[in-house]
Formats: sequence, C-alpha cells, structure tokens
Amino acid sequence: MQIHISPADGVPIYLQIVNQIKYLVSAGRLTAGEELPPIRTLAEKLVVNPNTVARAYRELEGAGVVEKRRTAGTYVSDQGSPLARRERLKILSERVDALLAEARQMDISFEDVVKLAEKRHAAMQPAVIEE
Amino acid sequence: MNPQSALDSPPVIEIRKLSRTFGAMKALDDISLSVSRGGVFGLIGGNGAGKTTLIKHILGMLKAQYGHVRVFGLDPVDNPVGTLGRIGYLSEDRDLPDWMTVRELMNYTQAFFPSWDENYAEQLREMFDLAPDAKIKSLSRGQRARAGLLAALAHRPELLVLDEPSSGLDPIVRRDILGAIIRTIADEGRTVLFSSHLLDEVERVADQVTIIHKGRILLTSTMDQIKDTHRRVTLRFNEFLDRPPVLVGALTYEGRGQEWTFTCNGESSQLRRAAEAIGATVVGDTALSLDEIFVSHVTE
Repeated sequence: MQIHISPADGVPIYLQIVNQIKYLVSAGRLTAGEELPPIRTLAEKLVVNPNTVARAYRELEGAGVVEKRRTAGTYVSDQGSPLARRERLKILSERVDALLAEARQMDISFEDVVKLAEKRHAAMQPAVIEE
Repeated sequence: MNPQSALDSPPVIEIRKLSRTFGAMKALDDISLSVSRGGVFGLIGGNGAGKTTLIKHILGMLKAQYGHVRVFGLDPVDNPVGTLGRIGYLSEDRDLPDWMTVRELMNYTQAFFPSWDENYAEQLREMFDLAPDAKIKSLSRGQRARAGLLAALAHRPELLVLDEPSSGLDPIVRRDILGAIIRTIADEGRTVLFSSHLLDEVERVADQVTIIHKGRILLTSTMDQIKDTHRRVTLRFNEFLDRPPVLVGALTYEGRGQEWTFTCNGESSQLRRAAEAIGATVVGDTALSLDEIFVSHVTE
C-alpha cells in the first residue's frame, strides 16, 4: 500500500491518508477483503502519530470504505454499498471541479472537455490498471 | 492511544502562570499549559523563544520564580527522584560523558534508573548500530544523538522529553528519533514532549501544539483544532481597494486591487460569513501547513 504524506500540503495528515486509501480502493489497487496494515505499523512506516492513523481508519470506516472485523484488523469493505458509491462520487466531484476550473482557465470549452474525456476513455479501454 | 482515557487521567505536566526573568530579560511570561497522558506535545518557537527554559523547569533544573510546575503531580525541584526517574531526556546539545564507551554509558545510565530494561537497551543499541566499544567522543553527530536517545529510552520512561532532538541531524537519524516518539506513545500511556523548529516533523507526530514566542504562549491547542481553524482565503471584491480590507480573524494579508489573500484564524464557514459581511466573494479557501500557521502567528 503506497501512501505518501506531505505536511507542506496543508491538508491534515489524517485526511491525506483517508483520501489516498479511498483512491487506492477506487483504482482497484486495494480490493474488497484486503487487510489494511495495523495502525502502529502504518504509523511507523509513514512516520506519523498512531492516533492520526487511528482517526483516518475511523473516518474510512464511517464512510463505508473499510470495516473492522471482530478478530481486530481493518479490511477493505465490499464497495457495493450505496454509501461507498456516494463517497466515491464525492471524491470524483472534487477532481472534476479542478479539471473544469483548469479548462476554463485555459479557455477550453466544456464541450471540448467532454470530447477529450471520451477520447481518453477510448484510449484507455484496452489497458489494464496496474502498478 | 485512546483519547477518552487521556481526558480521564490527570495531566502528566501541569504548568500554571509560570514566569521567569534572567536579569532584565523576561524569558517566560505567564505560561500555563497542561500535557495530557498518552499524547505527543509539540512545543514550537523560534530561537530564544523560551522553549529550553520551559523544558528546564519541567526537569527541575530551574525553580519557578512565579507560578508553579507539576510533573506527575509533583514539584520537580522538590522531588527530583519522584520525577526524573520517570523521565527520559535528550537535550539539544546531547551532553554525554565523552570519555566513556557506548557500553560504559549504558551501564552508567542504568545505575540511575531502576526501570532500565537491559534487553530493550541492547535492542536499541543494535538497531542504532552503535559499537559497544566505541568512545562517545569518537561518535559522529548522528551516532551521538542515537546514543543519547538510547540512554533516554531504555528505562521506558513514562515521559519522554526531547529538546530540539533533530537539530543538525541528517534525515535518517531524524527518522529514528521520530520513530522513537511514535513507538513511545504506541506503548500505552506514555507521553512525549518535544520542542522543534522543524514544523513538518511536529505536524507529523504531535497531537497537541503550543506556539511560544518571546516567552509567551501565542497558541495552544490540539493539532486537529489548529488545522481546522486556520485557512488561507482569497477574496474578490467588486471595486478596487487601495488598502487591505479588514477581515475578522485575519492574521496576515497580501494582495492588491480586487483580490486579497489572507491567512486567517477561523473555520471556513465563519470566514465565509465574515467575507460576505464586507461584500467580498471567497474565490479560494485552502488549508495551511503548520509551518504557515506558525509564521502567520509570529509575524507582526
């Protein structure tokens, strides 16, 4: 699980962890049923306060992205639930907003952005998400 | 680890209205703060802000002139045994006995601490790659810091106090120090207080932050609270302004004409209302790093 923390970003660290795990899940790089590293392990790896990791896991649990199991341990939940879908759309909305703002700045029309999205979608079709 | 239990137990450090002067200089001015159990308390401030003087009071090396200091509920000057024995301390200049070898330093330090854990000490020595026969004076800056850290950690102190632990060290040794802080609080109930001017480190590991400037506390709060209540907002006005508009909560400003950017103390929703009240539209609203928050508070 590749997570990169940058305090210079301004974004609270727990939120950086939350966003990146959500991203990894939606990109298929973390799959349903996969176990997340224990809080302490991730804290030591990222060099952040364990309470921060605990908070990130709680937020992810609240958003339906992960679930705690009785045997302790945090697992990626089945993404079929409407809550998880809503969350995913929310992340995507932020990215779309940024894209639209940038397009406007560059004087590219909305229609052209849609066309570009279609073109890129077609180009990505045969590719398999890897890394 | 559990924030609830931290609230329930009495604070590990309690400082009330502490003031200290050295001659005409006011080193500490009416400092009150409380460090709760199980957290990492980050003390930040520029050179000469009073961080080390404050830490010396906590360690009982200075007696409070005004106000009082309690560590584990005790006065550290009257009860050095009851407090120092439960504290692990690493000073900025890492003053270690130069003439000793690493092994001798370990044996010597062990004698002061009944709770010294020999296995843990050995484990740390190996992890830090410290040769037992190496003389302290022959150690590199980084290895010297590691030796100091070993001596501070191996008795598994309830309270770990680090004064500018990272100053002058390379990123690898700094990582060891941060790792030690993280492991210390991951072990139930232990508490860390550290001072630093490397604010990205503080942002990574501290739960509570105090900004001290010219001997006074400018800000003391939880990291979450501080991050939530500091924003950079950019406002757009309908008309050109030739002087900065007054925005409630603003700490610093820059800009000209119709667009002005502020660093502010306030939540997004409050700042939005404050902007509306002066006829502006918020066109940008981003979080600030601790570094930016610090600079905006100490800039006059």
